[in-house]
Amino acid sequence: MATTPFSTQLDQIFVLLRDWLVGYLPAAYRPAAGAVLGVLGIISVFPALFALTTVFERKGLGRMQNRFGPNRVGPYGFFQPVADGIKALIKEDVIPFRADGVVHFVAPIVLLVTVFMGFAVLPVGRNMVLADMDSGLLFFFAMGAATELSVFMAGWSSRNKYSLLGAMRGIAQMISYEVVLLLSAVSIVMIGGSLSLSKIVEAQNSYTGIFPHWYVFTPWGLAGFLMFGVAATAETNRCPFDLPEGESEIVAGYFTEYSGFKFAIFFIGEYLAMFSLSGMATTLFLGGWSAPLSILNFIPSWIWFFGKVMIFIFVFIWVRGTLPRLRQDQLMNFAWKFVLPLSLVNLIVTALWRFMGEGWLRWVVSTAILAAFYVLVGRASFRRKNIGLRSYRYAE
Amino acid sequence: MTTPLACYLLVAALLFAIGLAGALVRRNAIMVLIGIELMLNAANLNLIAFWRFEPHPEALTGMMFAIFSIAVAAAEAAVGLGLVISIYRHTNTTDLDKMNRMKG
Amino acid sequence: MSVVFYLLAAMTIAGGLAAVLLKQLVHAALAVTVAFAGLALLYLDLDAQFAGFAQILVYIGAVTILIVFAILLTRSSDLPKEGVFSGTWAVGLMIAAGVFAVLGWAVLASVRVVPQQSPAPAVTVRDIGNALVGRYALPLEIVGLLLTAATVGAVIVAMHEKERPKG
Repeated sequence: MATTPFSTQLDQIFVLLRDWLVGYLPAAYRPAAGAVLGVLGIISVFPALFALTTVFERKGLGRMQNRFGPNRVGPYGFFQPVADGIKALIKEDVIPFRADGVVHFVAPIVLLVTVFMGFAVLPVGRNMVLADMDSGLLFFFAMGAATELSVFMAGWSSRNKYSLLGAMRGIAQMISYEVVLLLSAVSIVMIGGSLSLSKIVEAQNSYTGIFPHWYVFTPWGLAGFLMFGVAATAETNRCPFDLPEGESEIVAGYFTEYSGFKFAIFFIGEYLAMFSLSGMATTLFLGGWSAPLSILNFIPSWIWFFGKVMIFIFVFIWVRGTLPRLRQDQLMNFAWKFVLPLSLVNLIVTALWRFMGEGWLRWVVSTAILAAFYVLVGRASFRRKNIGLRSYRYAE
Repeated sequence: MTTPLACYLLVAALLFAIGLAGALVRRNAIMVLIGIELMLNAANLNLIAFWRFEPHPEALTGMMFAIFSIAVAAAEAAVGLGLVISIYRHTNTTDLDKMNRMKG
Repeated sequence: MSVVFYLLAAMTIAGGLAAVLLKQLVHAALAVTVAFAGLALLYLDLDAQFAGFAQILVYIGAVTILIVFAILLTRSSDLPKEGVFSGTWAVGLMIAAGVFAVLGWAVLASVRVVPQQSPAPAVTVRDIGNALVGRYALPLEIVGLLLTAATVGAVIVAMHEKERPKG
């Protein structure tokens, strides 16, 4: 221990802390106890981050809209989430008279469990991943898909037209953008050759000179990263894709009929989904916990990971403060007619990149294909689009 | 790993029978599809169990069969539910006992 | 015989039974989700990690969502007046019981023939991927074609006919 440099110790401080705590137990219980400590870490760190983020979001939005934001509770209003939490806890838990009690009760639990499960495979630092699974990426997306069910359960069980509309919108949107999310991650798997997230991070953790080999610094990686970002915004129902909970149209969407702590759970779930998708984008495209310049490697890996996640969160907030909400048909057209074809083209480009070997030619070819597709489909076909009456295609 | 193969096969057989009963007994077309999905899943469980207990699991035969079966089941569900919606639009019902006419 | 297996088997069977018996269609769809989840966990119990996660992704993430969408689009969540079970339910039940009897007899009769124990196979996702693009490349292409055809077919079948007047 004494021989390892201080920066390595700091880098591994949580791993060492866990090993030290577990060391007091008999050897048979150590793996289980280590896992329990990891779970405890996840379920304490990310909600704490959530509390912090709500303040930053409200203050940041306030700054963008030329007002102060919360500034009453504590210094600069930083204890606002504590007050909000207490308020949510002591509020009456109203269940609508005609609601489907069991489903209504189970929906927030399903949401919270599936969202937390997603964190299990995220490598938040060097050697810091709870379950380093061989098919971690698949596990993450499987858990993400399961959250859609809780949206439906919440919306349907409330017996409320706004809830049901919000749920229908939410599921349609989430299932459309889920495809994009998966396809943009597939290109990483094609290059990295693994579904294990820690291996994907390792593959990016090398440097040319001082610059890192992150996947975002390739043409297909950049395109995939942008599509992943758009899809992640839609998956988490953030503005400009916040139709499922558009306040001015359908009150609060699928969780309109929830109150008190269950409402808070949906709120937490949305932010936790933001964290986990930001963490996934960081892991896939931004080199996970690796430092952006090789000379900065003395800073602990977990600081880099959470720093990158917080940058993502800031962009989420920034976009929310900037863009207006889309309309349902625009949202669907954008997903199926533009982003999805682009992600398919991106797969072909990735395959070309993989087999064209080193050299400048693959840079030119991949960039040219992606740019040509973007101009042709993105610009040309959407230019003369006259925005007519909206038409919803439901069975009637 | 102490559970013998026969236990998995029995669970799969029971699930298959339940799915079959659901497909035969219920009136609603969507319910029939759910029953068929259960039957497909029971078959998948059999495939995976046989893969696990076969002498050469590294050949991946049963596993591949199950993965392809999952993909085909997804296609089946999409087409089947599309048909249900299309029929509903014509006859305003999803009750199979009322779908007794060949003419739309 | 492990406790985990019994729990998972009970969860799967209970989910399946509830799906068949529950009157409310949405409840049935949610119950079948429990059965799907139980099956996914059974796959994990059988050391088939990839298949288990694929099961969750495809069944819980896509098939169940499709089913609930179909239920809502066809207004099937209201209970029908004439009951949910078909007029010939007794026949169906007998057929199902017969099938289970035959299958159960076959399984129990073959207990001595097939191997009941085997060491956990060491198969990684990389092996599965190599098999998919190597030995099973043709089936993979065919499945791709099938999925494309199914997508196009489902869209065409469920699409509005533009010429037909509404009503």
